[in-house]
Formats: sequence, C-alpha cells, structure tokens
Amino acid sequence: MLSLRGVSKSFGQTPAVRDVDLDFAPHTTTVLIGASGCGKSTLLRLALGLVTPDRGSVHLDGERLDAESAPALRRRMGYVIQDGGLFPHLDARRNVSLMARYLGWEGERTRQRVQDLARLARFPESALDRFPVQLSGGQRQRVGLMRALLLDPEVLLLDEPLAALDPLVRAELQDALREIFRDLGKTVVLVTHDLAEAAFFGDRIVLLRDGSVEQSGTLRDLVEAPADEYVSRFVRAQRTLHIVGAEAAR
Amino acid sequence: MKLLGRSARRWLLAATFVQSECVLSCSGDVARAATPVRIGSKQFTESVVLGELATALVRASGSSAQHRSQLGGTQVLWNALVQGEIDLYPEYTGTLEQEILKNEGVRGEEKLRSTLTSYGVVMSRPLGFNDTYALGMKAARAEALGIRSISDLRRHPELRFGFTNEFMDRADGWPGLRARYALPQEDVRGLDHDLAYRGLDADTIDVTDLYSTDADIAYYDIQILQDDQHYFPVYDAVWLVRADLKGRAPAAVAALARLEGKIDASAMAAMNARAKIDQVPETRVAADFLFATLGLTVVSEEQGPLARILRRTEEHLTLVTVSLSAALCVALPLGILAARRPRLGALLLAATGVLQTIPSLALLVFMIPILGIGAPPAVAALFLYSLLPIVRNTHAGLSGIPAPLRESAEALGLSPRARLWHVELPLASPSILAGVKTSAVINVGTATLGAVIGAGGYGQPILTGIRLDNVGLILEGAVPAALLAVAVQALFAGAERWVVPMGLRLARKD
Repeated sequence: MLSLRGVSKSFGQTPAVRDVDLDFAPHTTTVLIGASGCGKSTLLRLALGLVTPDRGSVHLDGERLDAESAPALRRRMGYVIQDGGLFPHLDARRNVSLMARYLGWEGERTRQRVQDLARLARFPESALDRFPVQLSGGQRQRVGLMRALLLDPEVLLLDEPLAALDPLVRAELQDALREIFRDLGKTVVLVTHDLAEAAFFGDRIVLLRDGSVEQSGTLRDLVEAPADEYVSRFVRAQRTLHIVGAEAAR
Repeated sequence: MKLLGRSARRWLLAATFVQSECVLSCSGDVARAATPVRIGSKQFTESVVLGELATALVRASGSSAQHRSQLGGTQVLWNALVQGEIDLYPEYTGTLEQEILKNEGVRGEEKLRSTLTSYGVVMSRPLGFNDTYALGMKAARAEALGIRSISDLRRHPELRFGFTNEFMDRADGWPGLRARYALPQEDVRGLDHDLAYRGLDADTIDVTDLYSTDADIAYYDIQILQDDQHYFPVYDAVWLVRADLKGRAPAAVAALARLEGKIDASAMAAMNARAKIDQVPETRVAADFLFATLGLTVVSEEQGPLARILRRTEEHLTLVTVSLSAALCVALPLGILAARRPRLGALLLAATGVLQTIPSLALLVFMIPILGIGAPPAVAALFLYSLLPIVRNTHAGLSGIPAPLRESAEALGLSPRARLWHVELPLASPSILAGVKTSAVINVGTATLGAVIGAGGYGQPILTGIRLDNVGLILEGAVPAALLAVAVQALFAGAERWVVPMGLRLARKD
C-alpha cells in the first residue's frame, strides 16, 4: 500500500502541499482532483521521490521512500505524464524497454514483454519502430503507459494523462485505461482537473484545495454531502458547464 | 637593431619580458647531445637570411642542422636560447645592451661578452655590418622640403610619423628620439613595419623608422635622414651561441666564425633585397653568398610546394586534433559538472569565459615559459581556447532538457549515471556537437597563430608571406586553412548523423 504521512512541501515561500495524509489501498483507483495549483501534481511527484518533502514521509508497503530506497521503490511504481513524457531520441520500442536494457534483460524476454504491452495498450506493433515525433498524441500516451507498465509495478501514477488529447481520442483512451486498470488490479492514482473523468475512473475522489485535502469520498459523497461550501462550488462549476452546454445545444 | 620581430606586437614583448625571469629559473639543463644544431631566427627577413647562413655553415661543417625560422621577437629567441630550446641565433649588440641586458648597464663588446658568459652564452665577433635604426622618408618629398637630417624635421611639425609599434615603445626608440631632437610632431602612430613602407608610398605617412640594411630603401626610393646628434646606438650583428654547443659540435662553432667580419652593410642590404624584393628563397640567397664569399658550395634543400603544403597540413592537423581532443575530454565532464552543480557551474563558465578573453597571441606567449617553443605551447593555448564553447554548450544542452523528461527518466528508477548516459547526453547531443564544432572551427583559425612561436602549420607560410610581401605565400597558408575550416564544418555535419540520435533529427525537421 502506498501511503503519505503528514507530507508538506513548499516551493520557496509558496506552500504546495500541506500536511497531507493519504493511503492508497491496493487494487483501487483514486483520483486526485482540484483547481490548477492545488498541489495534485506535486503530490504524485512526492510519492515518487522526484520532490523531497519538507516534512512527513512516503511509504510503499511500509518501506520508507528516501534517497537510498528511491531507485528500487520507483521500479515498483509506474509514472505517466501528459503527452507520455517520451524520450524523443528513442523509438517507441526503446522508450518502453529502456529499463529492461538497464536491468540487463535478455533480448527475447524484452521483445515478448513489449509485444504483450502493445497488445494490452492496443498500440499497433508496426508503429513500435517509430519515434515519438512520428506518433499521434494518443499513440504517445499509449507508449507512455506501456513504458510505465514494463516492470509490472504495483502502483500506477498518472498525471493528467489525457489532458492533451482531442475529445474522441480521449474517450477512446479513457475506456482503454479503465479496462486496463480493472484487468491488472493495480493501485492507481490519477490526477485530473475534470470531474467527469474523475467520476469515470475513480473508486475514490480526493478533492484538493491549496495543498490540503478538502474532501475524500465517492462522487456521490461530493455531490450529496459536500464537506463545505468550496466542495459544492467545485462540483457545481463542473455541472454548470454541462448545463450551459446543454442549453447552447437546444 | 631589430630587437623584436618587427611585426611582433608590443604587448607580446611585454608579456614575455615579465615572464623571462621565470624562464631563466625554470629552464632545465637537459643534455641533447645527439640532436642537431638548432638555429633560431627572428620574424624578419634579415634574421631569417642570417639563420640560413648559419644553417648552411653548420651543415657544411658536417653537423646536422635545423633552422627554426621566424620564431618571434627578441624575448622569444633569447629565452629559447637560454633555456636550450635553440643553440644559436643572430642578434645585434645594441639589442643586447639596450634591451636584453638593459638592467645590467653593459656597454662595449668585451663587457657584453663577459656578461653573456654568465648566461652560458658565447658571443661571436661582429659579422661586419651595423644595422641601426634610422628615420627615412620618400626622397622626393625630403628634397622638396629640404630635409636631410633628423634635426631638419623640427621645422616641419605638420609631418605625419608612422613608426613600428616596437619603436614607439622602446625607451631608445621614439620617446628618446623626440626628447633628444625636441621634435614637435603630433601625428604619430604605430603600425607594422611592412605596412610602413606602403604607407610612405601611398602618402599616408611622411616619416618612418627603418633599418640601415633594409631591402626596401632602394626599392621605395627612400632618403635616410642623417642622425646628426648620434642618437641611435650601434647595432653590430653577431651570433649568440650556447656555450655548451662547443662541446657537442666544435666543428659547427668553428664554421660559424668563418663569417665574422665578412658581411658589410651593402652585402646584407643586397641579400635582404634578393630575398624580399626578388622573392628568392632565403636558403638560395644564403647559399649564393657563401659561395661568393667563402667559396663554399652548399646543397640547398628546397621542398616543392606540394610537399611543403602536406607538411604544413600535417603540422596543422596535429595542433588541431591534439588540442581539440584534449579539450573535449576535459570540457565535457566540466560541462556536466556545471549542469549538475549550478553554483559551481556559474564559476566554471566564468573561468572558461575569462580564458576566452585573453588575446590569442598573448596566450601563446604566456605558454612559452612553461612549455618552451614549438607545438606543445601552441597545443596548450589551443586547448584552453577550445574549452569554453564545449563547456558552455554541454551545460546549456543539459540544462535545457525539459523538466518532465528529466523527471520521467528519474521516475523510471534509472541511476543518475544511467540517466546521464541514456537520456540526458543524447538529448543534449545537438548542443554539445554544436559546441565542439565551434571549438574546432575557432581552433583551425587560431592554430595559424601557432607559427609565431614555432609550432609550424598553415601560419608559417602566412608569416613568411607577410614578411616578404608575397601574396602567393600568404595564400599557400590561408587557402588550405580556409579549406580545412570548411572541411571541419562538413565533417561535423556528417558527424551529426552519428552523434545526434535520429529521433531528435526528425523532431528538428518538424
């Protein structure tokens, strides 16, 4: 289980995350949501040790994340960012298999694993030899996902993975991702600013505000039992868009 | 007189002079018994001709000889002699009194000889001519104004003076002359000796300093102004020879003595004119003179132009490749360090930046006390020059990697070293390669200056060409140097295909 214990982080004078306690239960999907700058991305980077907390600690199955344990723990977590975060100098296959080469896997094992992942992510095998610049946005995101899954990690951390995609591709990928999460039974933490997407993926939704957890629960909890005025405003804001959209369509 | 090479810059003189004490104390006494007799000459035609005469004499005596032609100015030659980089070179008594030993207040041939002994240097008898400073102007103009002597210049304050930089600065040059003769002229500028003649001819200056054996005096129809107050000292040409040469090559030392008192001013002026105006190679000029004067037959070893260019190319390429590879080995880690440690990085970039601001000739000359003359100091200077572009571009390339990519590599669980190797360096490779390319092109150009300190390369024919006013020779150095620079550009364009990953090249085309 991935846990954050009393984690705080400031960048200069600006606090990004304040005293956050969160547990991410195995095989569940948690969505971190909130306005820009609420600290949701920083929370993921804290979980990976890309950012060191000022106070508090991060644990994976009881093991504390620090400079020494980070490389090993990171291999048990997959990280996917917007647009895939692919290395432009490597083709899709080598992006996915970079860690396999680093860990000295045999060629056949690597090839098989990449092939399996391509099938899982519905990425055309013929496109494995293309460079990121030659792939579509959706394809890049699939490759990013494959890369994160290479070592079959327990935890999958996704930072706005679909934000850069057009609506059709996005919907298609949302389906694919939910299916994969369900099939693989990973502990998934996904960051988004879109409540509809959060509801689509999340067993649990964590609403963040100014670096603190405002409310944690299901969508129903947020809608029907908002913890405070901010939560109801946040939910309403997203609904309002739908209403405006609906009226405009009429 | 010709203390320094005439085209040598005055700060070059200053720079070496400051360091000369160190040269003396650092000089190792390395025995070089089996090596050929090494003859040096300064960066002007008369010295080169004298150097060729010495070379031919030594060879005729049965020793092998090597002429390190037009090495630079007085300080470079003197230090090279004292350090044992060369065994002998032609010098002038006035230069010894006024410049090299000026702090010791030595006057007169015998006093000079005994003082030089303490430096392990033996001075020959005068070769026969006094090459002293003189002032000259176009004969027609001098006549029109009624000027015969330097004193006559007082009546014409409007005259424009163009002096060699060295003459402008030396205590026994322009400052002393102006004081002695109370000269009123205001328009006085420093320029290169060879340009001064052309300046006279083109009527951009009226008066210049020159030497009494100059080849150009007759050619440009120049009137030498009489030194009616005997301001200029005597500059008798002599050989300066390392005392230990007598033990190693006694026949060579004896042979050198055969020219004592044999070259008078007109003979020297004639040789200078043949070399400079008739463009006869100095080797030939020297051989003809030795035949006419001593009945000595010298086989001159002249190389064809192709062999010459090939040798220069080899020298030049050696300078460039050795210094550039060394710079790459040092600058790349420095650039990586600079990117990893921003504060140290700022310091490193500033330090390499300062290196870059040192004028190239000064840097070359700074190297002489440490590494002597020839290729090593030139390679060291080129190495220092090549650092900045590589360090800066490596730093910029690594720092410019977008944070999401850097973090993606880190999040994978790669070690810092693996991140550097598999992700960061490949991503920075276009920038690093551009830095190396910049270094290489600068290096090819700057290496031509190496000839000033005896490193050879394409600069050698350029130096000679400037000295002899021979465009053909200048082109013989300049054209291959330019071609090499173009070739280096092309080479790096090709290297890009190997070094820069294809994914990045594709991305750039988008």
